[in-house]
Amino acid sequence: MVESIVSTGLAIGCIYALIAVTYNVMFSASRVFSFTAGTLGMLGGVLGSLFIARMGLPVAVGFLLALAGGAVLGLVTEIVAVRPVLKSLDQHLYVLSTLALALMVQQFVAIEWSTEPQPFPRLFDIARGGFDQQFWLPMLACAVVIVGLELLYRRTLIGHAFLAIAEDNFAARALGLPERSLRMASFALAGVIGALAGFAGGQMLLAFFANAPMLTFYGFVPVALGGMGNNRGAVIAGLLLGLFQQAANFLVGGIFASVAVFTVFIIVLLARPEGLAGASLPRRV
Amino acid sequence: MDMQATQLRAGRADVPGAMRPFNAALPFLALLVVGIAFPLFGGGYWGVIATRACVYWVLASGLNLIVGFGGQIAIGWVALLTLGAYTTSVLVAGNVTPALPPYLALAIAGAVGAVFGLIVGLPALRLRTFYFAITTLGFATIVTQVALAWQSVTGGGVGVAGPVFPYPFASQWGFYYFCFGLAAICTWMTLNIAASRFGRALTAIRDAEVAAEASGISKPGLLATVFLFSGAVAAVAGGLFASLQSYITPDAFTLDLSILFFIAILIGGRGSILGPLLGTILLTVLPEFAAPLVAWSTFLYAVLLLVIVLVIPGGIAEMLDFKNRRPLESDRAIVPRPDLLVPLLGAAPRAGALTLEQVALSFGGVKAIDGLDLEIRPGQVHGLIGPNGSGKTTTLNVISGYYAPKRGVIRLNGAAMSVQGLHRRAHMRIARTFQTPRIVGSASVLENVMIGGTIDGKGTFIESLLSLPRHRRDEALLRDTAMLALAAVGLERLALVRADRLQHSELRFTEIARALMLRPAFLLLDEPAAGLSAEEIGRLGALIQAIAQSGTGVLVVEHHPDLIFDICHHVTVLNLGKILAAGTPAEIRAHREVVNAYLGA
Repeated sequence: MVESIVSTGLAIGCIYALIAVTYNVMFSASRVFSFTAGTLGMLGGVLGSLFIARMGLPVAVGFLLALAGGAVLGLVTEIVAVRPVLKSLDQHLYVLSTLALALMVQQFVAIEWSTEPQPFPRLFDIARGGFDQQFWLPMLACAVVIVGLELLYRRTLIGHAFLAIAEDNFAARALGLPERSLRMASFALAGVIGALAGFAGGQMLLAFFANAPMLTFYGFVPVALGGMGNNRGAVIAGLLLGLFQQAANFLVGGIFASVAVFTVFIIVLLARPEGLAGASLPRRV
Repeated sequence: MDMQATQLRAGRADVPGAMRPFNAALPFLALLVVGIAFPLFGGGYWGVIATRACVYWVLASGLNLIVGFGGQIAIGWVALLTLGAYTTSVLVAGNVTPALPPYLALAIAGAVGAVFGLIVGLPALRLRTFYFAITTLGFATIVTQVALAWQSVTGGGVGVAGPVFPYPFASQWGFYYFCFGLAAICTWMTLNIAASRFGRALTAIRDAEVAAEASGISKPGLLATVFLFSGAVAAVAGGLFASLQSYITPDAFTLDLSILFFIAILIGGRGSILGPLLGTILLTVLPEFAAPLVAWSTFLYAVLLLVIVLVIPGGIAEMLDFKNRRPLESDRAIVPRPDLLVPLLGAAPRAGALTLEQVALSFGGVKAIDGLDLEIRPGQVHGLIGPNGSGKTTTLNVISGYYAPKRGVIRLNGAAMSVQGLHRRAHMRIARTFQTPRIVGSASVLENVMIGGTIDGKGTFIESLLSLPRHRRDEALLRDTAMLALAAVGLERLALVRADRLQHSELRFTEIARALMLRPAFLLLDEPAAGLSAEEIGRLGALIQAIAQSGTGVLVVEHHPDLIFDICHHVTVLNLGKILAAGTPAEIRAHREVVNAYLGA
């Protein structure tokens, strides 16, 4: 029982953490939190199921196409919902424009794909063991993304450029960095990470349009608790969230587990609005 | 006060472009007539649609105060509708308590909705916009899940029968008139709020939060009140909705419905009542004309939302605002009338001084101000000059409570001021202006100035909601005082113009008028002359001197040495957070270090 709570909790936690990283990658490039983060996760699952189960493509091809789909939605988010409202960031129009885009994609999937959860194929043809692929796949994906991002940000020139944009947009532009291209690259990268989360977690969450708002919410919890833009904080908070949710699920039942998660989230945020590992608020006058 | 008030009230009709109240009320009266006469030409099915529009508007009218006026993005407000629908239905069905009469159940639902409106709204008081949007979304999901799971009470997925409201509203048209009446009352109440100091304070929180705080508006207090009200009306709408549906299941309360309310308000336009009202009617009726598209309705709403945000952020209200499309005269001059300051501020000089003793503050390793002594005396103009980064604005921000000093004390009249509670500075009659004017662009200049007098209103939110006498007295007094303040700074002819149409220099004088509304004991001006022409600077100087003569202590942060030396009684020169020199203008002008470091030879 404890074993099941831990393996399910950590696996779900890794999916939440990946969605949180998706939020963060977009946020670093644009100071925008996008409602499409959870939609990307949902899309990864649906596209995986579409390409592999329904169209019968090889797993590797389906995987790459699903990630490409995520990258495309990431780019569309940047072009349609973020770039036009960047000038008036203080009016928070991005909340509405990204919400609109997320809803459009979600409704499109609901109508054209299915309103019922569809099965997601098993990726590796190996027998179900105690520690099944549906658990270790999300964990592997999370580890790969975190290590990959660390290497990207620390070792590569383009990673340094990402960091420069995140740190000080104006200064970075003054240095001649192609801010717009870097922002688009960030959104494409975020799209890939989000789709990867949904793909890796497909066997647990299934290919279901309503995963979008669910992941949008549960993926944001680690962002808020771990501190905006802080990927390590997001992973730790994501894993804790997954474990807490599964434990509550087992102890008080599914519905009240969500109530418990929500309540804890609100209380923690009200006590520490900047998150458990965040910095203080910026200057306003 | 009364005498000047009467004087100015007589002068109010002179304001050019003043819209008579009747014209503003005309669209609402037209809707009222159409609504009352509707049963004459509407068939049975259209009766249901019309009733639904009324029910939706009861909710949207309250949500409009949160979203349209307060600028808080409450996406999941449908949760309150769900809550109200289930509370009413369950109480009437008697699943928990003995069965209650429907009207009583509806009232209880309203009370429950008020409490939960506050709970859902709580995060908005401390959290950033996106956080609040997400938490309301989470709350909406959870309420539906609970409705689904709590089978013994809500009937779970099977659902529960909605209440039937007995005599005199039992028939279809009876129920329609019941909903229409409530919708009309909600319209009237929110119109009252929109035209009250509470409505203006909400828009100030939305567009110019720091200026709202500097005017003494407490964001948590005001938003909490609005959440109570909006929660109550949303839950009442839920009770009506349940009755209209006659049977409710959790499926009836999708997020799509929430998006519909939200879009109705945005289509209508922020800070308007008529716009969102028309938006709600439009979105209720529209699906009836597009039956084949029903499956795609949420998709289309989402497209609509995107289009509104990207193309017409001002909504219907701005398209209907013909008054503000007329060009303003181009060669208008600001001619202050310092003589009006006496009736505005009162003539008696005030005792006591505002003193800073050894105040220090650093940001990280940078010492922004380092052991600063300063005394602002009533009736005097104190100049604060120095190169960029010398700590002038930081000093001003410490006095007005944005930063707590690391060391040292600020005393008012000898008593140390607490550092907490930004908006309390206004109650101490300390007013300020900002380096970049902080103005509500969509409100009129007059309304912007009235924001400055918010704390002088006596009536409560409820009194404003119901337009009781104390609310009307407050409004008349605020309006007259604001007109007086505008006349004093020389802007009374622009009183009814949208503030975002003003020139930069006019915005600076508007901010001064807003600050004067507090009848400040101390007035802090942050670079008031920046961007003004030489002529305007001269008039500004005379105005500042006149303000000081009426007893107010003025602190001016400036870069124009000529203005400072002309009008100040005392000048402090800062450099790198420390006092380089202090004295009379003549002494400063002769001070060698100041001349070398700052003024130039």
